[in-house]
Amino acid sequence: MKHLRILAIFAVALAVAFSSSCGGGSSKSTLTNSPTNTVASSGSNVAPISVNGGPMGNYVDAAFVSVTVCVPGTSTCQTIDDVLVDTGSSGLRILSSALTTVMLPQQKAPNGDPVAECLTFLGSFTWGPVETADVQIGGEKAGSVPIQVLSDTEFKIPSGCTSSGFHSADTLSTLGANGIVGVGLFAQDCGSACEQPVQAGSINPGWYYECPSSGTCQAIAVSLAQQVVNPVVLFPSDNNGVIIELPALSGATATVNGSLVFGIGTQSNNGLGGATIYTAPGFEFTTTFNNHAYPGSFIDSGSNGYFFADTTGITECGGNEAGFYCPSTTLNLQATNQGSNGANGTVSFSVADAATLFTNVSDKAFSDLGGPTSSSTVNYFDWGLPFFFGRNVFNAIEGKSTPGGAGPYWAY
Amino acid sequence: MSGGPAGAVKSSLGAGCAALMILFFTLPAWASLGGDVSTIQADQVHMQGTRRMIAAGPYTVHEIQASNRTVVREYVSADGKVFAVAWHGPWFPDMGQLLGSYFEQYQAAMQMQSSTHIVRRPVSVNQPGLVVQIGGHIRAFSGRAYVPEMLPSGVRVEDIQ
Repeated sequence: MKHLRILAIFAVALAVAFSSSCGGGSSKSTLTNSPTNTVASSGSNVAPISVNGGPMGNYVDAAFVSVTVCVPGTSTCQTIDDVLVDTGSSGLRILSSALTTVMLPQQKAPNGDPVAECLTFLGSFTWGPVETADVQIGGEKAGSVPIQVLSDTEFKIPSGCTSSGFHSADTLSTLGANGIVGVGLFAQDCGSACEQPVQAGSINPGWYYECPSSGTCQAIAVSLAQQVVNPVVLFPSDNNGVIIELPALSGATATVNGSLVFGIGTQSNNGLGGATIYTAPGFEFTTTFNNHAYPGSFIDSGSNGYFFADTTGITECGGNEAGFYCPSTTLNLQATNQGSNGANGTVSFSVADAATLFTNVSDKAFSDLGGPTSSSTVNYFDWGLPFFFGRNVFNAIEGKSTPGGAGPYWAY
Repeated sequence: MSGGPAGAVKSSLGAGCAALMILFFTLPAWASLGGDVSTIQADQVHMQGTRRMIAAGPYTVHEIQASNRTVVREYVSADGKVFAVAWHGPWFPDMGQLLGSYFEQYQAAMQMQSSTHIVRRPVSVNQPGLVVQIGGHIRAFSGRAYVPEMLPSGVRVEDIQ
């Protein structure tokens, strides 16, 4: 462990020395490898993933996996390709339009009405019924999993769901994927707050609804067991977390293939090895960048870049690429992550001109994509998909024990 | 929930800042961008929570701790107008409630944001007459909105948080 840490520090120093001596003018740049980066190629707990632009070819820096859903207890199944792998959320969500050959049973509220859900992501929301499926990813299978089926037509979107002002992501063109599989640190998407009665003064955010045959859907309380769940926790084994394994990337390319590995320390192919554990009891850790600490930071494969506050005058892109950074020369930067357990480590990363990166339209995977967090006062650094290149990133689910202690934590 | 009994606490915002008077209320409240300070009272039924008022030189901050753990701060100018709102908390706030008459402009801007790419990242609306910035992740969102033309002189955008 200690030797690996020293090795890691040496590797970082070497990479910094290398990148600074080579200049930062090129759109191709050096990505620092962490000590742990192997990509499992076989095993019952391994599912192939690909950073390839997704089904519409317009989803940059996003990883996709195939998920099979079955009518519970039957062999009536359909495999859904191009499902976004998201460590920033929990639960499986599939476009209704992608479910063409299976009819899944609708989840019912205590009064017999169908249950639907509204989940607000950053910039969009998902709406649609909660249905139940057996879910298979790679060789792992979970029985009777509450999932969300994305559809604006089965039940009318209630006003509480549109109050974000965001658009509904319920079609291939608006979602850019056939679904989202949330394999993050949460066990359920909402958790105990959604168990609380829906009434004045409640902490229930009102994500779940019962939808009568006539009239509008009404927010209700839903037990943990009935909430849309991180499917990993319902696997019979290898259910304490996942590892995202993507090989190193320097610059840009069309496709990067890797693996989604289930379980932490449960098989010969998913041990923590030399990875450093960053505990995150509040599902966040602290990133220090430019001498500023961001205590609400997180690692999220569902974010398509490094998103962090612009306190140094990094040029933001205009036009179609607004929301990304467009520095005139590639920036080689460093930040330090610290878990609540005190573990800390330095991460070297690069940010290149997004407008230049996107000029080669066949490129879908970028090691150096970044953007602003909207304001200088926000409290987080978002380590998006580029962070995963060349790093095995362990995501330990809340309350689950692992050889490195109980989740929630990240390790890499 | 930090709402205490009515009282005064002295603090400082650093050089050049006057001492702050912090008043605690136990009334629920919510407010609308661009609206009169009275909208805070009018919307009090929307959420249960506690409110405190912080006088900070050229403006007053009304901070609401909603029962669902969302914290909203409204910035009210000397002439009684809400020129900015900021929030953070585990759940996404009702933007219609926060933005009031500016919600339509914000929503239109959000629907128009068609990047060449599918993106999941922080949200930013930067238009004449309205700036909205939203960030965070599921179970931890934060954001702010302000009307640039309404900012009292001497107020820095960084102070809105």
